[in-house]
Amino acid sequence: MVHRTPGVLASALAITRKDLLIEFRSRSVILSAVAFAVLAITIFFFAWDPTAVASVDLAPGVLWVIFTFSGLLGLHRSFGVEQPTRAIDALLAAPVGREAIYLGKLLANLGFVIVVQAISLPAVALLYNVPIGGYVLPLIGIVLLASVGLVAVGTLFSSMVVSTRLAELLLPLLALPFFVPVILPAAQATARLMNGRPVAEVSGYVSILGAFDVVFLVVCTLLYPYTLDQ
Amino acid sequence: MTLAPAEGFSVTATDLVRSFGSRRAVNGVSLSLAPGDCLALFGPNGAGKTTLLRMLGGLLRPTSGQATIEGVALPGGAEVRARVGLVSHQTMLYDALTARENVEFAARMYGVADVRQATQRVLQRLGADSFADVRVQSLSRGMQQRVSVARAIVHEPSVLLADEPFTGLDAGGASALTGMLAGLRDSGAAIIIVTHNLDEALSLCTAAAIMRDGRFVRLDSTPIPARDEYTALYRELSVDAS
Repeated sequence: MVHRTPGVLASALAITRKDLLIEFRSRSVILSAVAFAVLAITIFFFAWDPTAVASVDLAPGVLWVIFTFSGLLGLHRSFGVEQPTRAIDALLAAPVGREAIYLGKLLANLGFVIVVQAISLPAVALLYNVPIGGYVLPLIGIVLLASVGLVAVGTLFSSMVVSTRLAELLLPLLALPFFVPVILPAAQATARLMNGRPVAEVSGYVSILGAFDVVFLVVCTLLYPYTLDQ
Repeated sequence: MTLAPAEGFSVTATDLVRSFGSRRAVNGVSLSLAPGDCLALFGPNGAGKTTLLRMLGGLLRPTSGQATIEGVALPGGAEVRARVGLVSHQTMLYDALTARENVEFAARMYGVADVRQATQRVLQRLGADSFADVRVQSLSRGMQQRVSVARAIVHEPSVLLADEPFTGLDAGGASALTGMLAGLRDSGAAIIIVTHNLDEALSLCTAAAIMRDGRFVRLDSTPIPARDEYTALYRELSVDAS
């Protein structure tokens, strides 16, 4: 019997739901990412000399280092969860578009990254005594915009390296250079907001982030099927 | 089952070749299966059986040659993949999900209309409903294999490609699976089974082939030689040769 094949969005959301449910059950990545984030925040805090560097100058860097590397932990897991029993073969044999698989994974990764950020951001603000209340919404907007770009690239590379023996090494090596165009404007915008600059001053960075998001999303979605070609 | 592809066949392959580097895993295989045909594929490890199945399932591109599913050339699109069910010697299940969640996820991927009802029906059919709400990681290999088969047939495929479907099943489980596959065959599905379990496969299939070095070295359509005779042939053509 041939059923009506599901649409891209329906398939993507089913994959996202499945990945988030697996992570909710195992908590393997979220716990390690949160532990990493808390440890990194603490280490930076104890290495910090407040008389030499103001907290508002240090905090943006700390924040984006944590976002970047904790995100990589989750990205590696993204396709790794499909490997032990070759569940990816069942996905590829199903009548869903390759782009739906990519978008489903991307949305799940985005959810994971946002959870880590939701814990890290207030922790950094609290520990480094950075009052973010006055610009919290623009800051969240910048963080989300940057996350889309990072996750778009990271999900693609995660798929490329997952079946290699050195996947854990290759993912950061391949992905980090592509993260730079996203992290630089995001960190700059964060620094300006934390230094009390007006929100209008970061609009240029927001435009850059938006442009990179669109480019990365489109290019990575188009390239994803080629990472599967056997 | 015939060697020459023709109209109206569920599965055809013409001079299918797949190379990995300089090694030809599948070396010029041709076959045709009509609706209701069941082909048992035997052969030693490395004979190319799994590679052939993966090509027919659209998971591997042939180096040369052509294959069709219900008249559409592979790899084809979603419409072709919707007609095929795939059982692998690996379970292709998510350990952290329950049996039911795994099958429901597969049903959603195939656009099955009533996901819950279809899932319950197929789990019952395979005797897996008693452990439907247990996480796969807690199930025995045989139980996982039943869930894996349920996942593969929840959308009622017209072509089933089964690689070692009897893996991990006890005698009762294997017999139940054979009965279920017979029902699927009788309803008009074309089935290819890769297995080392001659007893179950020969009782089920309308044709049998022995593969070695990427080729069919023997192909029998109904009547397939009796079990003892076929076992001797199999040993002669595959085991001894390897």
